[in-house]
Amino acid sequence: MIGASRQEGMMQRLLVGRMFQGRLVPDSMRTEAGGRIDRARDLRFRFDGVDYLGCEGDTLASALLANGIHLVGRSFKYHRPRGILSAGAEEPNALVTLRRDGGRTTPNLRATQIELYEGLEATSQNRWPSLSTDFGALASLAAPLLPAGFFYKTMLGPRGWKLWHRLFEPLLRRGAGLGHAPTQPDPDRYARYHDHCDVLIVGAGPAGLAAALAAGREGQRVILCDEQAEPGGTLLTEIRALVDGIPAREFLARSLAELSAMPNVRVMPRTTAFGLYPHNHAGLAERVTDHLAAPGQDLPRERLWQIRAARVVLATGAIERPLLFPNNDRPGVMLAGAARDYLLRYGVKVGNHVVIATACDSAYLTALDLAAAGVEVKVVLDLRSSAEGPLPEAVRKAGIPILTGGRVLGTHLRRLRLDSVLLGRADGRTRWFDCDALLVSNGHTPTAHLAAHARAPMHWNDTWGAFLPGSIEGVASIGACAGATTLAEALAQGAALFAAVPPPVEAELPIAPAPGTLQGAETGCVFVDLQNDVTAQDIRMAVGEGFRSVEHVKRYTAGGLGTDQGKTGNMALFALTAAASGLAPAQVGTTTFRPPYTPVTFGTLAGPARGDLFDPVRTTPLHDKAVAEAAVFEDVGPWKRARYFPRKGETMHEAVAREVAATRATAGMFDASTLGKIEVMGPDAAEFLNRLYVNALTGLKPGSCRYAVMLSEAGFVMDDGIVARLAENHFHVTTTTGGAARVLHHMEDYRQTEWPDLRVWLTSTTEHWAVIALQGPKAREILIPLCEADISALPHMAVRDLTIAGAPARLMRVSFTGELGFEVNVPARHAPPLWDALRARLAAIGGTLYGTEAMHVMRAEKGYIIIGQETDGTVTPGDLGLPEGRAKPDFVGKRSLTRPDMLLPDRRQLVGLLTENPAVMLEEGAQLVTEASPPPGTPALGHVTSAYHSPALGRSIALALLAGGRTRLGQRLFVAGPRGGIAVTVAPPVFLDPEGARLHG
Amino acid sequence: MVEIMVLPPARRMVLWGDTAVADRAGAAFGLALPHQPCRAVEAGTRAALWLGPGEWLLLGPDGDDPPLAPALADLPHSLVEISDGFAALALHGPGAARALSAGCPLDLHEAAFPVGMVTRTVLGRIGITLWRRAAAEWRLEVPRSHAAYAEDFLAEATRGMPGF
Amino acid sequence: MLIIRCPYCEANRPEPEFRHAGAAHIVRPLDPSATTDAEWAEFLYHRDNPRGTVAERWRHIHGCGRFFNALRDTVSDRILSTYPAGQGRPE
Repeated sequence: MIGASRQEGMMQRLLVGRMFQGRLVPDSMRTEAGGRIDRARDLRFRFDGVDYLGCEGDTLASALLANGIHLVGRSFKYHRPRGILSAGAEEPNALVTLRRDGGRTTPNLRATQIELYEGLEATSQNRWPSLSTDFGALASLAAPLLPAGFFYKTMLGPRGWKLWHRLFEPLLRRGAGLGHAPTQPDPDRYARYHDHCDVLIVGAGPAGLAAALAAGREGQRVILCDEQAEPGGTLLTEIRALVDGIPAREFLARSLAELSAMPNVRVMPRTTAFGLYPHNHAGLAERVTDHLAAPGQDLPRERLWQIRAARVVLATGAIERPLLFPNNDRPGVMLAGAARDYLLRYGVKVGNHVVIATACDSAYLTALDLAAAGVEVKVVLDLRSSAEGPLPEAVRKAGIPILTGGRVLGTHLRRLRLDSVLLGRADGRTRWFDCDALLVSNGHTPTAHLAAHARAPMHWNDTWGAFLPGSIEGVASIGACAGATTLAEALAQGAALFAAVPPPVEAELPIAPAPGTLQGAETGCVFVDLQNDVTAQDIRMAVGEGFRSVEHVKRYTAGGLGTDQGKTGNMALFALTAAASGLAPAQVGTTTFRPPYTPVTFGTLAGPARGDLFDPVRTTPLHDKAVAEAAVFEDVGPWKRARYFPRKGETMHEAVAREVAATRATAGMFDASTLGKIEVMGPDAAEFLNRLYVNALTGLKPGSCRYAVMLSEAGFVMDDGIVARLAENHFHVTTTTGGAARVLHHMEDYRQTEWPDLRVWLTSTTEHWAVIALQGPKAREILIPLCEADISALPHMAVRDLTIAGAPARLMRVSFTGELGFEVNVPARHAPPLWDALRARLAAIGGTLYGTEAMHVMRAEKGYIIIGQETDGTVTPGDLGLPEGRAKPDFVGKRSLTRPDMLLPDRRQLVGLLTENPAVMLEEGAQLVTEASPPPGTPALGHVTSAYHSPALGRSIALALLAGGRTRLGQRLFVAGPRGGIAVTVAPPVFLDPEGARLHG
Repeated sequence: MVEIMVLPPARRMVLWGDTAVADRAGAAFGLALPHQPCRAVEAGTRAALWLGPGEWLLLGPDGDDPPLAPALADLPHSLVEISDGFAALALHGPGAARALSAGCPLDLHEAAFPVGMVTRTVLGRIGITLWRRAAAEWRLEVPRSHAAYAEDFLAEATRGMPGF
Repeated sequence: MLIIRCPYCEANRPEPEFRHAGAAHIVRPLDPSATTDAEWAEFLYHRDNPRGTVAERWRHIHGCGRFFNALRDTVSDRILSTYPAGQGRPE
C-alpha cells in the first residue's frame, strides 16, 4: 500500500464525511463516478479481521482494491505474497475463505467472483501467523532446493518412503495447502433439477446474447447462462461502440429486457456451466443465495441443473494471459483487462501511477480508460517491435509514452506491494519506473474448456497463439472462444447460427488478436503457474529430464493443477514445453480439459441426496407392528428388518436364545415380507422355470412347492427360493430379499432373448404380498382356527389359496427353521390385522416373535444356506451338497458344472465346524489352516461363512467352505485368529434333526 | 404451486398377452386397451396404461372386480393382481413438472410428454410409473415401500423451487 | 448421461432408465452339452473390446422392460442405431 495515496484518499473521504463505527474507513481508490455499483448502498465487510466499506455491486476483489488492498494471499509452495491478478473465474491468487458460521465456511473461493454483501467475512489463506508476517515464506529461501519433482526424486526407495512419512509429509501438510475444509456439517440445502431445451447458450456476452435473441425470436426453447451476477460479458465495459445505433450498454439492457419478456427464453445469471458431457448433457451450478446477506430459509444455497440441449452454443469468451518476466508474481501486477474491468464496472482505480507492459493491443484500451479516469499511466511498454494502428495512435494522442521492443526485467517490492518496475529498452538501456501497479497483457486464450469436454478437436492458431475449438455435431463455439476478434464479429456469429441479421456496430476500437510471447522467461524467477508456484525453469528442467508429453510435464511440475486449473498459465506451459522440446506448439498439444470448469461444491453435486433422501429406506407392511414390539432393526440392503425383540434388560444374545428356544418349543412368528415374489404365468411357465432352476419343476403338482436353486450361466449359485405351483399354468416363485430385482432381470433376459417362443409372462408381486412365517411344533395349532378351510392335513411343501382371518391368503407349508412351519402370504393391507390375530394366539400358547438373528441361527443349525453368506459367486450347487440336476436336460448353468475346474477334488465344499472349546465363537470370514500357527504365506484351505451360538446344541456352531471338505469330516483344523489358531473339528453341516422329523411333525 | 396428494387404495392388475388378449380384456374392462407405446386410456373410473409391448396396468377403484379372468380363460395370458404393491401420488399445479424434474430425467415439457402419456421411469433413486392426466395433473404409481421416499423427495423438491 | 432410443417405446430416453447387458449377438448354443469345454468357455467369457463400433445389449429396465440391441461408437459414445433383440446387426 502506498502511504501517500492512502492519505490522499482519507482527505477525499473526510470531505464526504464517510464514517464507520466511529472510525474513518477510506475506500480511497474509488472513482468519483462511473461503474455499475450502487454508490448509495454501503456494505460493511471484514477481511482478515479488519472492517472495510464497499458498495452494492462490488466483488470482494473490487472492494479490496477500492480500499487500496492488493495483497490477498500467500502462494502455495514458497509462501510468496500474492495480489489480485484478474477480475474473473481465472483468478489463480486471490483465494480466500468465506465464513458465515461454523458449518458455512468455504475455502478457496476466488475473491474476484465473490459478490459483496453486508457483513461478509473473509480471511486470507496459507499464511501463519498473518498475511504480512508469514513464517512459511522462509520456504522461498529454500526455493533452489525445491525444484519440480523434488519429492519424487527424494522419496524413491524404502529410505525415501520413511523420510516421506516421518518428515516431509507432516511438514508439507502443515505448510502447503489451500485453505481448510470445514469440520461441521453443512447446514445449507442444495437442490437439483433436470431440464431440457432446444438451445443452451453458455456465456451472455455479445455472441451469446446475439444467439439467444435470434433463437428466442424463432420460438426455440432457450437457456442462456452466465457465471457472472450481471449478464453482458464484454458489453459491460464497452463504452465506445454503438450497437444498433445505441450505446453498447444500452443495447445490452434492451436485449436483456427483450429476452426476459420471451416465455421460451430463460436467462440464468450466477450460473456456471461447469461441464459438458456426452449427448449434449451439461452440468450447471446456479449460486442462489451466496450473494445475499440473509438468505431465506427455503432457498437452496445452490442448484445443480442437468440440462439436455438439442444444440449447445458456447460463447465463453477468452482469458487474458500474463506476461512472463522475473518476479512477475508480485502484488500489484495485474492483467491489463482486469484493471479496465475494475475501473469500468466497479469504479475502482487499481493504482494511481501505473506502468503497462503488453504484447497485445488490448492493453492500450486500458491505458486510455485509466488515463481518462485520472490515473497516471507512466508508460506503455510494448514487447513487440512496433505499435501501430488506431489504438496506439489514440494512446500517443493522449500523451502517454510508448516504448516498443522492450522487456520487463524485474519488479521491486516494498511493504509487500509492487513499488517500481525495471524496464529494458530495445537499445539495451534500462530504467526503473516508480508505480503502484503493473498492468500486463500477453494476448488471450479462447476459453475452449467446454468444447474440449465434448471432445471437439483443438486446432492450433498462430494468430491467437492458442488452440481454437473445432466444431462437432450439436455443439457450436462462437465469439472470442471461437476466434472472433471484434464485437461486430461476435454479434454476427451469434446471429448467424439462427440465420438472423446481426445488429450493426459503429465506432468500435477493434483489438487484433496477439500470439503472445515467451520473451522474458529465459532467466530468473518467472512464474508460469501462479497458484502452484511453477516457474519457467521448472518446465525447462522437466523437459531436460526427459518428460516429453505435456501431460507428464503437467504432473511432474504441478503446472495447471489446482483450483484454477491453469486458466492463465497453461498456454505458456504448453509453449515453454514446446520451445524446450524443439517442437511447434501444435505438436505438443494441450493437456486434457476435464470438468468442472471452476470448482463445484460437494453440496451442489449431492443435492438433496442426504439424510433420509440419501438412499430410500424400505419398510414392510408390518414395520409399525415391529416398532410397537420394541424390535431392534438391522439394514438388509435397503430394507429395515426386525433383528430381535428384546425384553426389558435382555442382551441380543439372550433375546435370540429365548426366541430360538421358544420357537423350537412352541411356535415363533416372523415377518418375511421382504422376500422377492414373482408370479410366472402362461402355458409354458413350467418349461420356462424348469430351464432356469437346477431342480426338476415340470413334474411339480399343482398345490405343491419345491425348494429350487438358480445358477448363473457360469454354473455358480445366484439365488434360491420356493417355486409354488398354483395351477397348471401358474406359479408363485420366491427369491431372496436381496436377489428380487436381479432374479427378475435374469428371468426376463432368458424369456425375451433366448426363448422368445415360450408363452410365459412374469409379474413382480414382492410388494403386493406381505408374508408372515409361523414356525414351530404348535404353528398348525395356532393357524387352524383362523383358516376358512381345513389345513390339518396340509403336508410339508404344499400351497393353498384360502381365506385366513378374513383375508385372501396364499398359504405355504414351508420351513426355514427346520420346524413344522407355514408362510402366510396376504395382500399388504391385510397383514397388520392378521399379525394381531396370530399374535394373540401366539401369546396364549407361549410362543414368541423372532427376528432375522434367530432366523439365521435356526437355519444354520439346520445347515440351510444363505445366498451371499455361504455363496460368493464362485460356489456351485455341488460345493454346497445340493442336487446338481444331472438327470435333467439342459438348464441355465448346467453345462458349466462339468467344466474341468468344477470337477476338481479340492473345490471348497460346505461343512460344519465345531470348536474344541464349545464356548468359543468363530469369526465369519476367518481362514482355515492345518496348523495352529502356520508360517506367513500359508494358503488357506477355506473360510468360515457363518458362526453362531446354537441354543439347541448349547454350544457354538459354524459353517465353512473347506477345500475337499466332505473328505475331511472329523479332521482337526485351525481357524486363524489374531490370538493364534482356534482348534476345530470338521463336521457335517446339519447340526440338528438331520432326518427332518421335526419338519414333517 | 404444487399440491402433492396420496391417493386412496386402488385395484391394480397387470395383464400380459397378445392383441387378441388385449381386445378381449378391453371388452370385459369397458375400454379399449392402448396399443400405442406409452399411452393411457381412461373411461369412467377405470384406466388402462401401456407399460411395455403386450403389458398393461389396469386401474380401477378399490374393490373393483371386472370379469377379466373368465373372459380370458381360453387365451394364453397372464393376469396378476398387484393392488397392494403400489401407492399412488397425485401432483397438481403449474409447478408439478418442475418438482418432478428434481428426480426425473425425462423432458416433461408438454410437447415431449403430452397429456395421456404414461411411462415407467425414475424419480431420484427409485422407479415409478408416471402418467400425465392433464397439463398440470400427474399421477405416480410408486412401489409401496418407496412411497414415503417419493413423497419426501417431492416435498423437498418444491422447497425454494424456482418459478420456471 | 447418454440418450438412447428405445425401439419399443419409440422414443429417446435418458441413460438412467436403462441397464447395460453386455455384448450383443452372443448366441447361446442350442445344445450346450454338445459343446467342447473350449467352445463353452468362449461362449461364457471371451468378448471383444474394440475401439470403434460395438453391438451391445441394453434393457429399458425403468421403462418398457424390453431388451434390445444398440450399435455404439466407443470413441465418441454416439449411438448409431438401436434395434429389437433377435434382429441381425445392421450394416
